[in-house]
Order: sequence, then C-alpha cells, then structure tokens
Amino acid sequence: MKADVSSSPPLVALRGISKRYGDLLANDHIDLAIDRGEVHALLGENGAGKSTLVKILYGVIEPSAGEIFWEGQPVTIGSPVEARALGIGMVFQHFSLFDELTVAENIAVSLSDDWTLSRVRNRLGDISRAYGLALEPDRAVWTLSAGERQRIEIVRCLLQNPRLLILDEPTSVLTPQEAEHLFTTLDKLAADGCSILYISHKLEEVRRLCRQATILRGGRVIGTLDPRAKSAREIAAMMVGTEIGEVRSGTPHEPKGSMLEVRDLSLSAPGLHGQSLEAISLLAQAGEVVGIAGVAGNGQSELFAALSGERLAAAAETIRIAGQVCGTSNIDSRRRLGAAFVPEERLGHAAAPTHRLSENTLISHAAAEVSHSGFILLNAAKRLAQSIVKSFDVRTPEPDPQARKLSGGNLQKFVIGREIIRRPKLLVVDQPTWGVDAGAARLIRQALVDLAGEGSAVVVISQDLDELFEIADKMAVIHQGRLSPLRGITEWTKEAVGLEMLGESQLHGASHAV
Amino acid sequence: MTMFEAILLTIVTASTPLLIAAIGELVTERSGVLNLGVEGMLAMGAACSFAAAVTFDSTFLGVAAGMLAGVAMAAVFALAVLGFAANQVGSGLALTILGLGLSGLIGAPFVGARRNPVEPISIPGLSDIPLIGRLFFEQDLFVYASMLLTVAVALYLSKTRSGLTLRSIGENHTSAHGLGLPVLRMRLLAILFGGACSGLAGAYLSLVYTRFWSSGMTAGRGWIALALVVFAAWRPGWVLVGAYIFGAATVLQLHAQAAQFGVPSQLLSAVPYLATILALLLLSIRHGRAIGAPGSLGSPFVPDR
Repeated sequence: MKADVSSSPPLVALRGISKRYGDLLANDHIDLAIDRGEVHALLGENGAGKSTLVKILYGVIEPSAGEIFWEGQPVTIGSPVEARALGIGMVFQHFSLFDELTVAENIAVSLSDDWTLSRVRNRLGDISRAYGLALEPDRAVWTLSAGERQRIEIVRCLLQNPRLLILDEPTSVLTPQEAEHLFTTLDKLAADGCSILYISHKLEEVRRLCRQATILRGGRVIGTLDPRAKSAREIAAMMVGTEIGEVRSGTPHEPKGSMLEVRDLSLSAPGLHGQSLEAISLLAQAGEVVGIAGVAGNGQSELFAALSGERLAAAAETIRIAGQVCGTSNIDSRRRLGAAFVPEERLGHAAAPTHRLSENTLISHAAAEVSHSGFILLNAAKRLAQSIVKSFDVRTPEPDPQARKLSGGNLQKFVIGREIIRRPKLLVVDQPTWGVDAGAARLIRQALVDLAGEGSAVVVISQDLDELFEIADKMAVIHQGRLSPLRGITEWTKEAVGLEMLGESQLHGASHAV
Repeated sequence: MTMFEAILLTIVTASTPLLIAAIGELVTERSGVLNLGVEGMLAMGAACSFAAAVTFDSTFLGVAAGMLAGVAMAAVFALAVLGFAANQVGSGLALTILGLGLSGLIGAPFVGARRNPVEPISIPGLSDIPLIGRLFFEQDLFVYASMLLTVAVALYLSKTRSGLTLRSIGENHTSAHGLGLPVLRMRLLAILFGGACSGLAGAYLSLVYTRFWSSGMTAGRGWIALALVVFAAWRPGWVLVGAYIFGAATVLQLHAQAAQFGVPSQLLSAVPYLATILALLLLSIRHGRAIGAPGSLGSPFVPDR
C-alpha cells in the first residue's frame, strides 16, 4: 500500500511556473509538488511571490509560462470555479468575504448553484461539529471577529470536500489561542487525507505543522526542505538572503516625565462598522516604548485617530501631550507640542501617492523648516527628503520619486524616518512593519528603540505580538475599544495577551486575582 | 370623480416614472456601478418612444423604442466604465449631457404632435370599491408593471441565487472575482437593465404623463430617481414609498400654486427638489454615512490577471 502511494504521481505538481508584470518577474520558473495528505509550507518574505503563486494555482491569475499537473495529468486552471471543480479550496489572506451578507449567504455564493441557503445551513451544522468550527448562519459578517471570519472561509472550502486546501497567512489575524485551534483543525484535515499548502513567513508555526517546506525568495525557489531539520536561523537566512540581526535594545533608561497621558477617553464609533473607544487610560513616559497589542478591528485605528487629532475628544483634559492639555486640538497643534504620528496606511494616509518625496515631507513638516510665509521652500524640502532617504536607507528608483513608486518597505522607512528626523518628544505609530520585508522591519524597529533611547516616548500600535515583545518596555492590550492595564513587558506571557485579546481575562482573572 | 380622487390619481401618474427609473438604478447600483446618466437615458427614452409612437401610430412600438434607446445609452456607459474602467461619475454626467442634447435633436420634428391617452385597464369588481377602487384597480398597464417590477426586483435580490451573486459583486468586487463570480458580466447586465428601466420611465413620461414631446421635459426626474435610491437605502420597498412621497410632492405643489397661498410659485415648484436634498441630509445626519450603500459602489474594477 505504502509503495503504491509513493509510486503514484503527486496530487499536484507545478513545473516552470512564471508570472511577469511588466518588468517585474513575480514568479520565476517555480517547481513545486505536493503529495496526498501532505502539509506543505510555502515560506518567504513579503514580495517573494507566494501570493502570486497560489493565485495561479487557484485560477485567479493566469501564469505567463509553465504547466500544472493534477494527479499527473496536465491541466489549465482558468478560473476559481475550475479550481474548485478539481478539488482546490482557498482561504485568503485578506478575507474574501462580503461584510453586509450573512454567514450562510457568504458560503452559498461561493458554491455551485445547487447549494440553497437551507442546505448550507444544514451542512454548516455537520461541519461545525466535526471540526469544532462554530458559526451562526444568520449573523451578518461585519459583526464577527477575525477568527470567526476565517472560520467561514475554511468551512466554505470544507463544504466542497477539497483535496487540496490553500491557506494564505492564516494566523496573521488570529490570537495565539485561535491559531492553536486552527492547527488542530488542520492536523485533523491532513489525517483525513486532504493536502494542505500553508503559506506563511512565521517559522515557528511552519515547524509545528509541516514536514515539507518550499522557500521562495525574489520569485524563485531557494530550496525545498524539512523545516524541522534546520534551525530557525538557517531557514530565516534562506528566506531573506542575508542574516537578519536582532534589534539592539536601547541603553536601559529611567522613564522620566510623562509625554502622553490619556485619561478616561471615550469616543463613539466613527461609522457604521467602526469601534467605539471606552474609557481608555494610557501613560507613555519619555524614554520608553509602549506597545498596544490587539487583533485587528478592536479600536486600534480609532485610538490612533484620537491620539493624532484626526478625531477630537469631547473634553480637552482627556489627552495631554508633553503636559499640555490637547484633547480638542487639531493635528497641527499637537505636532507643535512635539508629537509625531505615523498612520497604518502608507499610501494615501501617511503619504500622497503621486507627490514626490520632497513634497511629501510637507505633509508633516509644514510648520517647520520647509515653508516660509505660506510659500514652499522647495530646495529645503528636497534636502530634507534627501537626508531622510540617506539616514533611513530608503532605496529609491530615481532621485526624488513619487511616493507610489517606492516598495512598501521603503515607503514605510521614509514615512517613519520623516517623523523621527524631527526628533519628536512623542511618536505614535500604527502597525509600523505591516507588510514590510524583514530587513526593513528590523531597521524600523531599531529606529523606534533608538528614538526612545534618546529620551522620546514611543507608542507602537501593532498586531504583531513578536514585534511588541521585541521592542516594547510596557504593553497593554486593546479589545473592543477597551484597553487593559499597562504592564511591564516582562510581566506579560503570550497566553495572558491572548486572553486579553479575547476579552476573557476578566472571567479568568477573577479566580487568579488574589 | 371627486377632486380628492383626481389628485390621488395624478399622484400615481407622477410617481410611476420615478419608481421605474429608480428601481432600474437600484439594480445597477447594487452591482456596484453608479450611473449618473439616468436623466439622459430618461430623456432619450421619452424622445425615441414618442417619435416611434407617432411615426408608427403604435404605443407598443413606442414603448419598445424607448426601452431600446435606454439600453443603447446604457451600453455606451457600460463600454466606458466596464470596458475601459473609466471614472463612473464623469461617464455618468457625460451620458446625461449627451442624452439631453441628443433627445432634443431626435424629438425636434415631433414638437407639437399629440398622442391619444393610453386606456386604463379596469379590473372588474375591484375597481368599484369606493375611493381606492379606481386608484388601485383602474390604471394603465405601466402602473401595474411598475408595481410588479418592484416586487420582482425585491424577490430577485433577496431570494434568488443570481440576486445573491449580484449583491456580492456590489459589496466587494475583489472578493467576488477571487471566488470566480462573473463581475463584469453581472455589471453589464445590471447597467443594461437600468437603461431599459430608464427608457421605459421616459416612454411613460411622453406617452402617458404629458402626451407630447418638448425638449427638457424630463425636468430633473432622473436626478430625483437617483436620490430616491439613496433615500431608500438601496431597498426596493423603500424606493416604492419614496417614489410616491416625491410624486405626491410634485402634484401637491401644483395644487398649492393654484390655491394661491401667497408663496412664490417658483419656490413651490422647487419643493420636490428641496425635499430630495432634505431627505439626503437627514439620512446622512442620522447615520454618519450612506446606510446600506454597496461596498464597491462607484469604484472601477480591473481584473487582476
């Protein structure tokens, strides 16, 4: 029996798959084979070509060259419908859900026409019981947490009895507990004979789940190996191409003086699906990095908007920057107090896409050295942009390019550098390394730690727990617009953070709190 | 027939074109496409239907020509926004200007011509009910059709598979494409359906409501229909309610003018339009943003292949 399986062709094999976008070769002659029941990892940095490759496999994107073999037979996968007909299911990185529709409608819409809503409801119950994926069929999706949304995607695939399940960065939006729950489900599926292609840049979970891993870098296959047989360091070096050093911690410093003090800040939800803020209190002192952890959509962007002054608080005393009351002051007056802000979205929020970098310095430096009596000092702006580019190792395709021409990592270095170069007393940054390659991420983290080391207060809102454990001195967790108490980073464990993310610490905390 | 009954009857006549055009636009918008060219399609529908009806002396051919004109206009719009992923607001405004101009040209030889009224269809028994009998059961075919259309669209969107697909595409076209739903094909059909409805509404205006053609006779009804969709939060049932409220406003201001309240008649003529602005204002104050708006409304879709 065993010999029989090994002699038969793999479930799916990709040969020489390439995809070209203009000058960019996103996939360059990629070979990949997955056997039945195998959990195969696709590892690589952001921009390595992982998402492009799986979109080709799922029929969303057409390859420029190469062949796909399904059980040894050459196939062309022209659309997701054809992929599903073969037995390929996919759980997307950024969920492919429809917020206004219900759970059952979201599932039905992706299935063939004979799946009526009532049939979906019935089968939903079976699948939920078999794999422990609880879902209410008639809830609207926008009311659900990220973990629940992901469950919809998984159930949607399972209803079609997939033979190959593709998961694209599935844990990036999950709490540690939810992630562990997902791994159990995947183990069970693999045991049932379903092959899994697992895309990630997190080594630990790949080593937990997979026996085979293919590493991509710059659109090419760097190697295929057993992730358990190599050290995390070796694999990381293969992914990145060079060794990535660790962030040096700043010189140990005594916190001195409050730079940001938030007291009892409450704000109503900004829109239909926004999150309200409930009695937030927070203190960031000069010389420390304060981390705000939490699963996406729990009020992080609302908190950022309230701190930066994009939305004003009801009472001025709720927010103090460098000791000055400023809850009802606008962004510019907060900047004049010595604060600086970097929002989550690089393009369109932190930087104007079609403006040159020199013009983009004006966005946050308008009050400073680059304008005079209402006129822009173009040369000063150019010099400023140049010095940011130099100090923060921003790689630009031309001397003063438009912001949109920079890669995500380089633009992020620029927008963070633009604020740091002003030597702010307080820097608030939302998701500083989201979708940024490892090299840029390390540089950004180092810059944040150094800024705190020089006596500024840094507030980092991030979904990346590892990042916060690496750079933060103190941390709090935001859940449904409420902020947990601020504690020293050494007092937190991942489990404790996970419980706060789920909002369950009050329940469990009661019994421990003696 | 009492005066009161007569007023109610004219309200139905004034509301029907608004209802038909708004229902068509609702379907287009639920697919994620904002077509601001309703006014232009309405004008073309009115001109072409009147021209055909007079030329062939046939109301049926007139209506067919009106709908065809609406579809043709919508096809031009679809080519721009789907084929070339052009800006929807710009293309829609251009469509309105094109329609208003072209309809004047097509209708010019027919200025001064008249059509006979379209006979109402009386439903035996029911139409004898006092007061509401004639109102609901002795109307022309268009009125019945507009009601059926509303119910059919409501059922289509909420109950059918294809309706679910359409809503999904309007909600998030990137996800829909990722799932393999036919984004461009559904949008094309939705735009053409919207055009057919606007053409039909235009035919009603020139063949039933006024029974003559004059340039600019649509008088902003296309814009009111657009506002109605927002007012109704993209729900067919509320479009029906809204269309009759605005229809009533149109008719009642005429009577108010006749009664000479001492309010300038220009101000009274502006009542339906002021009501439109007020309705939109109240809605956005209450909800912060347009409630129920399809997520992808107005953004062009370029498949990532």
